[in-house]
Amino acid sequence: MKRGLLVGCSIAAVVLIIVVALVGWGVGVYNNLVSLNEAVNQNWSQVENQYQRRSDLIPNLVNTVKGYANFEKDVLTRVTEARASVGSIKATSEILDDPKAFQKFQSAQANLGSALSRLLVTVENYPNLKANEGFLNLQAQLEGTENRITVARMNFNQVVQDYNTRVKRFPAVIFAGIAGFHEKQYFKAQPGAENAPKVEF
Amino acid sequence: MKKLFYFLLFLQTFLFAQQPEVVHLQAWANDYTNTLSSEQLNYLNNDLRAFSDSTSSQLVLLIIPTLNGYPIEDYSYQVAKENKIGSKKNNNGILFLVVKDDRKLRIEVGYGLEGSMPDALCSSILRNEVRPYFRSGDYYQGIKQGIDAIKAATAGEYKATDLKRKKGNGKGLPTIFLIILFIIISLFFRGGGRRRGGGGFIFYGGGGGFGGFGGGSSGGGGSFGGFSGGGGSFGGGGSSGSW
Repeated sequence: MKRGLLVGCSIAAVVLIIVVALVGWGVGVYNNLVSLNEAVNQNWSQVENQYQRRSDLIPNLVNTVKGYANFEKDVLTRVTEARASVGSIKATSEILDDPKAFQKFQSAQANLGSALSRLLVTVENYPNLKANEGFLNLQAQLEGTENRITVARMNFNQVVQDYNTRVKRFPAVIFAGIAGFHEKQYFKAQPGAENAPKVEF
Repeated sequence: MKKLFYFLLFLQTFLFAQQPEVVHLQAWANDYTNTLSSEQLNYLNNDLRAFSDSTSSQLVLLIIPTLNGYPIEDYSYQVAKENKIGSKKNNNGILFLVVKDDRKLRIEVGYGLEGSMPDALCSSILRNEVRPYFRSGDYYQGIKQGIDAIKAATAGEYKATDLKRKKGNGKGLPTIFLIILFIIISLFFRGGGRRRGGGGFIFYGGGGGFGGFGGGSSGGGGSFGGFSGGGGSFGGGGSSGSW
């Protein structure tokens, strides 16, 4: 009788220890996912900021260029249109969970990027414009922004990769989905992006 | 997932094949092309160190021969990031990179100085201060003009923090308090070994996302001789040019 009680108690103790350990482990994994998720969101807002900054530069750029006699109208129209279509897409961190929305965002931004580089190539034919200090400053800002976008995207991709690996790896995968942690979208190289016209001045 | 892995692998081998070695900066003025004389280098070294001592901003010069077609923006970002130029607190680092044989140059600006060194200003410094001298082959004068312009632009941005004085007494006390607190807490929780084992997970994976902030104390470079980074981070700000 006494022995039975002892055995019962030790089994209960072992079970209790296992349960406590499991809960402790679960809390650890959960917290880890939460902080990785936070890091993803933080890096995403960096990306978003830089894209926004690029959009904000465009009206000024278009106005400066427009002043030059018979500057190719269709080049400018394409930039303005691409900017408008970028502006119509919501870029909150929710699109990271939606492959289609993310794809749309990425291709709209890529479209704007190529419209802009075409504009800069066209400028080559306008020596007066190229010598204009105001235009040169805008160009420097635009180049700087493109570079910041690259850096922000790179950092973002890295963080998403950490997050995705964590979410999909064995122990965490069991309850990551239930806890609301899903795989996130990241930037993939666009087909043809490596052939983007390189502007030299 | 597999696709991503292969893509990254491909990207990595591709990058390693092309990317020139990221220089580990040892001095404030670094010349790997033997363009500057040792006196000129010495002068620039002292000048840049004095600038850091008086403003806490770190400005580093690097001259390399060629990048073999590798984009200067990528390379300069990596050099600035790996060497952690600037302090961790203010991110006030600047890298002045000259790629001599490619005839390209770039000013890479840390997060904390993007306000006083906007891209347009960087571009203007490269075009109007540096380029005329480089075109006539006077590299030293061009570099000096560029450095002076950068110094003038960033002068008032940060003050040299009284690191040395603080180290003596100001900072000492809280550190001791923290240590005592830590000892007390660890004594208190000594029984909870199992729990700490579980908690270890948090640290294991969590660090990954914040790589850029890794090492580096906030002490702005040794007071004698060489350069050492303070932990500053960069976001791709600055401007590139050619001559």
